[in-house]
Amino acid sequence: MVFKKEDPKKALKELGDKLIYQINKGKNPEITFPLRNLSNIVYDSKSKTLKLGDKMGTRSFFNVAHAKKFLQTVEVAAVIKDKLLGSGKHSSLRDVFYMTKRTIPGTNVNLVDEQTESDKAIEDLEVITGLSREELHVNANKNGSVAGKVIIEDKGDIIDWSRLGSGGWAIPSNVENIKFKKVEAKYIIYMEKAAVWERLNEDKYWAKNNAIIISSQGQTTRGIRRLLQRLYEEYELPIYVLCDGDIYGAYIYSVIKYGSIALAHASERLTIPGVKYIGITMDDVEKYDLKKHFIKLDEKDYARIKQVSEYDWFKDNKAWQRQFKMMKEFKAKVEIQALSARDISFVSEKYLPDKIKNKEFLD
Amino acid sequence: MAERTKAHELAEKQREISVSEFFAKNRHLLGFDNPRKALLMAVKEAVDNSLDACEEARILPEIYVELQQIKEDRFKVIVEDNGPGIVKEQIPKIFGKLLYGSKFHRLRCSRGQQGIGISAVLLYGQLTTGKGMHVTSRIGPKHQAHYFEIHLDTQRNEPIIREDKTVEWKREHGTRIEIELQGTYQKGKQSADEYIKEIALINPHAQIIYKTPEKETLTYARGVTDLPKEAKEIKPHPYGVELGVLIRMLQSTKAGTISIFLHNDFSRISPQLASEICEKAKVNPRARPSTIARDEAEVLYNTIQSTKIIAPPTDCLSPLGEEASIKGLKKEINAEFYCAATRPPSVYRGNPFLIEVALAYGGSLEKEEHVKIMRFANRVPLLYQQGACATTEAIIDTAWKSYGLNQSKESIPVGPVVIVIHMNSVWVPFTSEAKEAIAHYPEIIKEMKLALQEAGRQMASYIRKTVKAREQQERVNLFEKYIPELASALSGLSGEKKTLIEEALQKVLKKGLKELLAEVKEAEKTEIKGKNVAFGEKQSTLGELDGV
Repeated sequence: MVFKKEDPKKALKELGDKLIYQINKGKNPEITFPLRNLSNIVYDSKSKTLKLGDKMGTRSFFNVAHAKKFLQTVEVAAVIKDKLLGSGKHSSLRDVFYMTKRTIPGTNVNLVDEQTESDKAIEDLEVITGLSREELHVNANKNGSVAGKVIIEDKGDIIDWSRLGSGGWAIPSNVENIKFKKVEAKYIIYMEKAAVWERLNEDKYWAKNNAIIISSQGQTTRGIRRLLQRLYEEYELPIYVLCDGDIYGAYIYSVIKYGSIALAHASERLTIPGVKYIGITMDDVEKYDLKKHFIKLDEKDYARIKQVSEYDWFKDNKAWQRQFKMMKEFKAKVEIQALSARDISFVSEKYLPDKIKNKEFLD
Repeated sequence: MAERTKAHELAEKQREISVSEFFAKNRHLLGFDNPRKALLMAVKEAVDNSLDACEEARILPEIYVELQQIKEDRFKVIVEDNGPGIVKEQIPKIFGKLLYGSKFHRLRCSRGQQGIGISAVLLYGQLTTGKGMHVTSRIGPKHQAHYFEIHLDTQRNEPIIREDKTVEWKREHGTRIEIELQGTYQKGKQSADEYIKEIALINPHAQIIYKTPEKETLTYARGVTDLPKEAKEIKPHPYGVELGVLIRMLQSTKAGTISIFLHNDFSRISPQLASEICEKAKVNPRARPSTIARDEAEVLYNTIQSTKIIAPPTDCLSPLGEEASIKGLKKEINAEFYCAATRPPSVYRGNPFLIEVALAYGGSLEKEEHVKIMRFANRVPLLYQQGACATTEAIIDTAWKSYGLNQSKESIPVGPVVIVIHMNSVWVPFTSEAKEAIAHYPEIIKEMKLALQEAGRQMASYIRKTVKAREQQERVNLFEKYIPELASALSGLSGEKKTLIEEALQKVLKKGLKELLAEVKEAEKTEIKGKNVAFGEKQSTLGELDGV
């Protein structure tokens, strides 16, 4: 799906006009948009990204199964148009939930009961209008830290990522309007763990290696993915992903590279086909003698390995299939911090520099 | 002198056991297993007698029950009725002698059968408190009321009269008993409270006032003003008589010949049929019945069993009828739908019987729990041994799923339902003397199932029509509630006037309503569960049905 660069307010008004047109014609108002469940997610091997397929779903108002969801979608659209776009203010997903939550008069039914419902309505609106959540002035919580030799401008403030002490710069959910003033760094290390980021920051890894270090905690948020993408596209910086040596690490990597199922409709502006996986690999286990720090796999892990290894984007990747096989053979996984057993700064002084020097990456 | 043997020694200890002594030691056989049940049994036996007496005298019953707590585990039970009263001479024997009564030797639908009940209450009261029973009775305005204090001589099974006097009593006729006994009062299932509630339900012609141990007065008003049809007494049907009984009847009959005996002492044997039986059994029809030897009697018995004899008359039965069943149920159970089915009479072992079922559905009844079963035999609630009762087997064996209730395999169904099941017969076959569960005769269970099915079908049809239609109506109402919300959101999006959008949406809803109602009718025709009716279109794959 192509994101149209159009006025979000106009797009929402068009949605309203279209529905009113149907109603005035005596029709049951309906919205048609691409299905967002797994059955309609396609891996496009040409662009190497996950995309929505062409299965369309219809949601109509006078249908007992759809009525509430239909109402939620239109209500959220109205709230965004009036209260956010109209005032130029931004809000969080949580705010939108509270702005729509109320009991429908004369019933004991709440318009939304849980935040997941308003979140879903926002994602639906993205698909329906072709606008991103950020363009609709809805932001996620900020998450993740960055440090490195980069100077940016954000809302008129000049920020130097190399002068932010132990905390680094907190990455906002919307990075569209950030201007890069000066980018000296040569590559990016993205890691799934905040604790590892703190180790690298304390060791001044970014200064010594002229790199940018970025972390999240667990899932990579949209803001981080978009920031990585912009640095990759605008400054052609190589990106290396550092995760735990397990199936979940492999999936975190694949989301950055190919896109995710939940956000397949936004793949274009989030995926980074060029990222590389730096570790922990199953080969590191032997090389760095990590076996004594193994954590046994449980049934859930095995099931996830099977599932991930069968995804279209991993299916024909021999290097990764070899990794999955080794995970099953070891019957174990290993965390990044296992490297600290050798020395607390082993990861920043030896592991990462060696890997980058020898170009030991998985693609 | 003859040698004294061990047998002589034992012989000194061997003596007759009085029936009273036997029951005093085996009180559980009469239902006095524990103090809670004892209180219930006392109320039950007295109320059953009152109702029987009133109906026999064709009087609309007015019964007063009072339970007074005297000590923690001691109660005074008072039961008073407006019945015909009891003649003075009979009072001590009726209350103070076990197995004395009018009901055992005849075949007639009555609550009591054996003549044990009320004297067992006296026996139990005397055993646990040392006190006797106080009885006041008056047989008419021209007669004086008599008061007795009666005890029971357990060795001789005879009443002991402690006090006997005439008293002033404002009632023109009726009987009042008072007795103290050991007991416990506890509410809920199997309580005296529940018993009275159920007896009021199954006897809608009776008015019952009940003063609880907590001094609360509950009035169970009359639901119908007609007495149940008078139950006729019948002679035994030949199929229901066993050999031993036949021999006894031959010895004690007043008939002069076998032929007359067969015709007079049984139902459904015509003079022609009597001679036919005699001929087949090679018995002289002119012979005196008392001269018939045991062997001959057995031949006679077998002949009778193999002869085709029409079923016994059924005018001896006294069912509530569907209308009264529903009225009784309505006044005690708060539900939204009531239905009943009274089966035609049928026969087991030569005894006519009839099954009635009434159902209450919905309203304030619990949706997620097992249905409540109320079992009755000759208008008496059965509160104990539900699991052992034929009614329970019949209910479990009925496929309630097709009547709109949930039911797991071999269990009682689940749903907002009360099942009233009543067996009316000249002789209800109980599994024990305590009269708590009906025995499992296949003929009886079959009739019970047929009655349950008949009532079940009526209920299913109600569920299908009303409940499904109501669910659809609720959905339509919900759309109506949603419309202003959607209109205001759309107005916010497009700038169009809210009222205009609302009007247009109402029009679409009205148009779609016809289609919706058509689909409801369609769903009624097909299956109870129906399909999930989407509004005017098939549901797409998008989203699962959420709690709209």
